Amino acid sequence: MGMTMVQKVLAMATDQASVNVGDVVEPRVDLAMSHENAALVINQFSEIYKNTGLEAKVWDPSKIVIIFDHRVPAESSKTATNQKKIRDFVGKQGIDKFHDIRGDEGGICHQILPENGYVRPGYVVVGTDSHTTSHGALGAFSFGIGATEMASVWALGRVLNVEVPDTIKVIVTGQFPKNVFPKDLILHLIGKLTAEGANFKVIEFHGSTIQKMTTSGRLVICNMTVEAGATSGVIPPDKEMLRYLKQDAHVKDKIRMFSPDPDAGYERVIEIDASKLEPMIAFPHTVDNVKSVKEAAGIKVQQIVVGSCTNGRLDDLEIAASFLKGKKVARGTRMLVFPASSRIYLEALKRGYVDTFMKAGAMVMNSGCGPCLGVHQGALGDGEKALATTNRNFKGRMGNPNAEVYLCSPAVAGASAVTGMITDPRTVASVSISIRTKSKKVVKKVAKPKRKPVAKSKLAAKKIKKGRK
Amino acid sequence: MAKVVLKLGADISTDIIYPGRFMATVLPTETPVFAFADMSDFNTKLKAKEIPAGSILVADKNFGCGSSREQAASCLKGYDLKVIAKNFARIFLQNSINLGLDMIICPTIEASEGDEIEVENGRVANRTTGKTFDIVPLPKARQSIIDAGGLISYTRKILLEGKK
Repeated sequence: MGMTMVQKVLAMATDQASVNVGDVVEPRVDLAMSHENAALVINQFSEIYKNTGLEAKVWDPSKIVIIFDHRVPAESSKTATNQKKIRDFVGKQGIDKFHDIRGDEGGICHQILPENGYVRPGYVVVGTDSHTTSHGALGAFSFGIGATEMASVWALGRVLNVEVPDTIKVIVTGQFPKNVFPKDLILHLIGKLTAEGANFKVIEFHGSTIQKMTTSGRLVICNMTVEAGATSGVIPPDKEMLRYLKQDAHVKDKIRMFSPDPDAGYERVIEIDASKLEPMIAFPHTVDNVKSVKEAAGIKVQQIVVGSCTNGRLDDLEIAASFLKGKKVARGTRMLVFPASSRIYLEALKRGYVDTFMKAGAMVMNSGCGPCLGVHQGALGDGEKALATTNRNFKGRMGNPNAEVYLCSPAVAGASAVTGMITDPRTVASVSISIRTKSKKVVKKVAKPKRKPVAKSKLAAKKIKKGRK
Repeated sequence: MAKVVLKLGADISTDIIYPGRFMATVLPTETPVFAFADMSDFNTKLKAKEIPAGSILVADKNFGCGSSREQAASCLKGYDLKVIAKNFARIFLQNSINLGLDMIICPTIEASEGDEIEVENGRVANRTTGKTFDIVPLPKARQSIIDAGGLISYTRKILLEGKK
C-alpha cells in the first residue's frame, strides 16, 4: 500500500523507505516553534540537564523559532519578566529566528512562520501551541506539543515515540457561493466530525476547491483541524504553495515537491461540495456546535473580534472591511481588529482597510493573539456575547466564564458589526475593495488630490511602481 | 480505593481545567492553585486541601481538548488528582504522560460523585455499584515514558547514554 502525506514526511525524517500507520518513530525536527510558553520550556530544558555535567545547549539554534504573540505588549509584570527571561535565553543560545514585540517583524506565530518562509513542504514542524496544525498548509507535518516535550526536542533534535497517525482524506469540490469562505468549510467539517472525531488522526485535504484556494485560506482550514481533535491538517504541495513560498515568503532555495501515493490507505474519505455550503456559526461552548448563520441571525453581540491565527490575514481584513466601508459599527457593539502580523498591518494601512475600520468605529489593535485566549485586550463582561473570527468558543475562553463566544467568518463578522447582531452577510451589501484590483485603486486614491504639490505626487508614483513589482 | 470527587461531561477543555488568563504562571509548583479556577466551589475545596490526594475525577469523551498548555496537566499533578475519562485529547494526554501522570482511558466508565473506585489489573472497579470496566492500556512507547518517571528523566537518560 502507498503512503499518505504524513507517512511520506515521517519516512523522510527517519531515513526509511516507508513507514506504516501505528509504527513508533522518532523523526528529526526541522522547525521547533514556541511563544511566551518558552518560559516553561526553558525551565524544563534546564531540568533535563540538571546534575548531568553536560552543557545545556540547544541541538540547533537555527531550527528554533521564538515569537512573542500571546501577551503583547505584556499585560503584567509576570509576563514581562517571563519575556525578559526568554530574551536572555535567546541571546545566550544564539537563536536568530526570534520575533520580539515589534511593529516591523512581530505578529502571531502561525502567520510569522509562513510569511518568513520558515516552513517548507516535507518539514517536521513542532510548536508549543495547539494551532501548529496550521503549517500543514505548506505541506509540512506540523503538530502541537507541550512544553516538556519541546524541552526534549531542544535537547535531542527529534520527537520521541511518535506513532505514525492514520489519515482522514477530505475531498472538497465545487465553487464557494458568494460570502462563503474557507472558515465556513472548516466549521462545517468540524461540525460533521465532532470535537473528537479526528483525535490522533491527520486530515489531508484534496480536491479542486483546495487547489484553487489561496495559502491564506489553506492556513484557515489547517489551523482549525485541531478543533476536531486532529494531530494535524495537511495539503499536498502544489503550484499555489510554490507561488506563496517564492513570491510572498521570498524563499530562494529549492522547494521539495511530493505527493501522497495514489494507493495510500486512508481511515476514511469525506467528500464535501463547497457550492452547497452556507455561512456557518459555531455556537457556545464547543467548536463542533455548528449551525447555519440563519439560525443565529438576530442574536445581539456586544463585541466583535476580527483577527487571530485563524482569520487575521489581509484577505480576512479586506472582507470584513468591505462590509464597513462608509458605514458605522452599531452603538452598543465594540469591534476589535487584530491584524495577524505587523507586515499585514502595514499592508492593511496602505490599502486603506485600517482607515475603513477606524472611521467605522472599530479599534485596530496591535498584531497578536489579542483577546482570543482571554488574557487581555478585550475581555467580556458578565452575560455578554462576542462574535469572533477566532478558533475557540470554550467556556471562559475570552476571559469570562459568564460570557459566550460565537465563531464565524470575517464576512459574518463584518456584516454583524454594522447591525450589532449576528447577521447573514448574504442579506446585506458589501463594497468591493477586492485585493486583485487593489493596486489600481491605490493609484487612483493617491493621484486624486488635485492641488497636491508636484514633488509629492512624483513620490507617490514612485511608490506605486514599487508596489506593483 | 479512592473517591470520585468530581463528575464531568464531554469536551472538558484546557480552558476549564486551567483558564488562559493564568497562563503567565508556568512553574509546576505554582500552577495547582488555578486548577479549575472557574469552577470556584471545586477550586476552593482543592486550595483548602479538602480533597485528599489520589482522588478521582470522572469525565466523558475528549477530556483536555483545546490548547497545548501544560499547566492543565501540571495543576492536576500538584493535587495528585487521577482522571478517568472515556478518552483524552491528544496533546493533553501526551503532556500528562510527559509529566509522569497516569491518565486512565476507560471508554465504558460509569460512576457518580461519591463512588468508591479502585484501579487494578487493567480494570476500574466501582466498589459502590459493584461494576467493573476495562481500561485501554497506553501504547508501549508511551508507557515507557511514564515508567521512566516522565519525559525529563527519559530524555536525560538518552543524553547521558550519548544516544543523541
